[in-house]
Amino acid sequence: MAELTAAWTSPDRAAALPAAVALPLLACGAVLLLRHRSIAREAASVAFGLALAGVVLALWPVADRGLRFELWTWLPGLPLEFALEPLGLLFASVAAVLWPVTTVYAAGYLRAAREPALDRFFAFFALTIASAMWIALSANLVTLLIGYELMTLATWPLVAHHGDAQARRGARTYVVVLLATSIGLLLPAIVWTWALADTTDFRPDGILAGQAGSGVLTLLFALYLFGIGKAALMPVHRWLPAAMVAPAPVSALLHAVAVVKAGVFTVLKVTVYVFGLDTLRETGAAEPMTWVAAFTLIAAAIVAIRSDDLKRRLAYSTVSQLAYIVLAATLAHQVAAAGGALHMVTHAVGKITLFLCAGAIAVTAGKTRVSELDGLGRAMPWTFAAFLTASVSIIGLPPTGGTWSKWLMLLGSAEADQVVPLVVLLAGSLLAVAYLMPIAVRAFLRPPADLPTHGEAPLVMTGPLTLTALGCVALFFGADAVLEPLAGTLELP
Amino acid sequence: MTGQLPVLQVAVPLLCAPLCVLLRSRFVAWLLFLAASLTSLTCAVWLAERVDRTGALRYAMGDWQAPYGIEFVVNGFNTPVLLLVSLSAVVAAVYSRRSVAAELDDRRVPLLYACLCLALAGLLGLSITGDVFNAFVFLEISSLSTYTMIAMGRRRQALLASFRYLVIGTIGATFLLIGIGLAYAVTGTLNMADLAQRLTGSHDNRALQAAVVFVFVGLAVKMAVFPLHAWLPAAYGEAPSAVSTFVAATGTKVAIYVFCRFAFTVFGASLVFGAMPVDRIGLLLACLGILAGSAAACFQDDLRYVLAWSSVAQVGYIVAGVSLATTAGVSGAYLHMIMHSVTKAALFAIAGVLLLRLGSVRLADLAGLGRRMPWTFAAFVVAGLGLVGVPPTAGFASKWALVTALVERDQWPVLVAMLAGSLLALVYVGRVIEVAWFREPPDGADPLRPPASMVAAIWFLVLLSLYFGIDASLPAHLADAAAAALLGKGGG
Amino acid sequence: MIASHYVYWTFFALMLIGLYVVISHGNLLKKLIGLSLFQVGVFLFYIGLGKQDGGSAPIISDDVETYSHPLPQVLILTAIVVGVATLAVGLALAVRIFEAYGTVEEDEVLERDSTERLAERDRERAAEHDGGGS
Repeated sequence: MAELTAAWTSPDRAAALPAAVALPLLACGAVLLLRHRSIAREAASVAFGLALAGVVLALWPVADRGLRFELWTWLPGLPLEFALEPLGLLFASVAAVLWPVTTVYAAGYLRAAREPALDRFFAFFALTIASAMWIALSANLVTLLIGYELMTLATWPLVAHHGDAQARRGARTYVVVLLATSIGLLLPAIVWTWALADTTDFRPDGILAGQAGSGVLTLLFALYLFGIGKAALMPVHRWLPAAMVAPAPVSALLHAVAVVKAGVFTVLKVTVYVFGLDTLRETGAAEPMTWVAAFTLIAAAIVAIRSDDLKRRLAYSTVSQLAYIVLAATLAHQVAAAGGALHMVTHAVGKITLFLCAGAIAVTAGKTRVSELDGLGRAMPWTFAAFLTASVSIIGLPPTGGTWSKWLMLLGSAEADQVVPLVVLLAGSLLAVAYLMPIAVRAFLRPPADLPTHGEAPLVMTGPLTLTALGCVALFFGADAVLEPLAGTLELP
Repeated sequence: MTGQLPVLQVAVPLLCAPLCVLLRSRFVAWLLFLAASLTSLTCAVWLAERVDRTGALRYAMGDWQAPYGIEFVVNGFNTPVLLLVSLSAVVAAVYSRRSVAAELDDRRVPLLYACLCLALAGLLGLSITGDVFNAFVFLEISSLSTYTMIAMGRRRQALLASFRYLVIGTIGATFLLIGIGLAYAVTGTLNMADLAQRLTGSHDNRALQAAVVFVFVGLAVKMAVFPLHAWLPAAYGEAPSAVSTFVAATGTKVAIYVFCRFAFTVFGASLVFGAMPVDRIGLLLACLGILAGSAAACFQDDLRYVLAWSSVAQVGYIVAGVSLATTAGVSGAYLHMIMHSVTKAALFAIAGVLLLRLGSVRLADLAGLGRRMPWTFAAFVVAGLGLVGVPPTAGFASKWALVTALVERDQWPVLVAMLAGSLLALVYVGRVIEVAWFREPPDGADPLRPPASMVAAIWFLVLLSLYFGIDASLPAHLADAAAAALLGKGGG
Repeated sequence: MIASHYVYWTFFALMLIGLYVVISHGNLLKKLIGLSLFQVGVFLFYIGLGKQDGGSAPIISDDVETYSHPLPQVLILTAIVVGVATLAVGLALAVRIFEAYGTVEEDEVLERDSTERLAERDRERAAEHDGGGS
């Protein structure tokens, strides 16, 4: 037994790391075995989800011990390897904790919406989580890229789930944009990095320091940021609104749990562990991308305000909020980067709540447009209370977790003497007020257009969304605990 | 006994060919081909293991010592090719039983197996021989049997495809013959190692330079290097499925190996890539081939033609790697050779299954395939993404190696062409997937069940490609050994 | 220089004539004739390489001092076999093309294929149209 525990978290062959990737894979297998047995299938998914959450959360005390696990050598000099570090653990925790929550919700939603092919849905859902774990725990760029592409492919059938013409179009845009950016830009960027640094490992101070001039680094950084299409920087954001055709749990998965988080996680990881914040600051290589991120932040927020379709509005809100994280990364400042990492968590919890609410509204009330929501708050108080809480968190007001992440990002840009980003960050929050608050306000304060013929959504749906809304509040009080392992890596004051 | 392995590998399929014709039984012929390919594979594995342990093996034919007799040489540079050819033959054998029975008249079946045996013998002989004239003979053995097999295609278009291949292929082979003759005129020897030795330092010799040109133009036809690729699309597109599976996996690859062998171990890199601009020409043609082949593949409306044009593009990738003339480049080229032949064989095999069950592989007829044959379609998606080079498929590992080699030599334009080719591959693979997955199947279309033996062959290849994608160490080891043997101390 | 190597020039001329015939003629049989001419040119070139001035055929005899080099002749013996096989396959193909299309002119064969394809497409369109209309 003692040996087993030792192997579980031994520094150079920590079995916990491959186990975290294997658990969702096993869940995928279990779903396929339990085909057509609906309750058993979902129970298995949730059980594996809880087990995964347990495994990942149990890693928190050993987050900074540098656990590693080498799978095998992929090509000479390029091992496929897992390593545990605080940023990755943060992402892994988000994905692992939100997976069972989304699964419970999905079980309720998909039945209520009479969606077909649930076996396929849960199997690919588990596969997506497996790829998210793989990405979170990757020890080098090559390993990460494999997980990154696997995730694109695993989510493809989910986006196209409905199978009608619109779903196909959306899924096509989704796959083409993500694959084209990663093959056309990210792959050459990684190879170039390898040629420059002779390694693709993630190291705390970066691997590119002193390996190239500032011109090359600027170009390389741009290749990375546009190549990581999942971070949805304009103009490669098109896939996100296109993917809105998917069922609500999938949107939640895309926006909160796995896909876009994999994108910004990769951005942060590349910024911190490949370039190194010091190198970026000294060479100014990240500066042009700051402008791109700032533009995306504002432009997407404006599009969000002008969208009447609820899911489309939330999608553009995601594009805008992701730009926050990218902007924080490009500031090349420790505090801002920590803010970005924290925003990855708070936005995940907030946005998943919003999407779960949107799904609950769509199946219960049959409403998908913002202008139709007048007075719905009275019929669905829990749903809209959760929606309001999450909106506040996304905007960044107390008492929700979003407060701290936005605060840290603002602080970081002030400390880095970057005035324009500071203004942009503030303006983005104001715009967020403009596109999120009217929704809850309409629902609670406007008189209903017609007499509601329905009540609150079923418990399997309101339960998860209440839980995640509470999570938004909990993060307000627990932000320090979340940031603690990061403090060492980022040398926070 | 083990000393005779190099010759057994070639002799067994060569002897099986007339037996197929004489016995005239479909089943026996198939069994003979299967036995021949299994024997070859066993020999190849054994030889590869021996070479890996102890270095190059030489076999003097009839105990006539080189340089007077014909010599067979097994070394790092040809073990991957031997393995590839014999493994493809085994897979093609398993696959062909049902496929050939469905596509050909009964009386032609034994003849097809005879041709397959001959083609196998020719390709193996071409890969193993250490004598330039012998290489020409084996090239013609494999080519003639391939022309014949292509002509057995189901549609009458196959006849003209075969005839055109015959004409241009013969011109190519004859060019090779002229080149060999010129080299012989300069040196008076036909043994590759001996040639290499006598040629060192004679870079200014006109006749020798002419020999290089003739040999490479001749081989370029067989490799289907742009712009000498015109024969390939129709030939692969019209041949019987089992034949295109086997030939697409091996034909051009062996020609590329012969190209490497001549360039590095006969004429020598300093002559070919230093004194003569073969590297620059190679890179240019590779880029054009990648772009033209991929673009043409996007406009085909027959699945097999899509795959065939994609082969033209993939040859470009390999040629680009070889033309770099660096260890990394040649190793990447070998890796891509291995990965691509596994992937492309799987795709042609899938096309064969579709042809069998749907009666046509025109894109319009694939509508709703995802629902009618979900597993076959899944195999297509995996193999198709391998062409694009999406991780974790086999194509990614080799593309990685090639891109690394290009970056090392600062060949940015070629890199751009290669990535553009990948994106175009996404388009042509995506077109097929879209029709198959998303278009409604025709009314009353039932799920279809392909024959088990064909499915086994397909999934063996697909899983092999996935395995090579996530753990490329075995093919990478073979490729590195090949590059070392070619670029290191001759070894010819 | 040119005069002394006139045999090579003759052989190269033969090759070029053969190659020209292959390229310029659409008739499949004429193509094969050109191909044979081209190959024969190469065979003669090899034989020429082995010829010694005043050398005799390489059959050992007491009366002969110098022999021609036997190796090219042996090689060409093999190459001739290959050439004959190629010609045989080519002619067989030409016969089958004639059976299938009723012509051995390349452009006519292509024309028949393309009219067939067009007819097929028209039929499909018509079928689609009917399906949509009814």
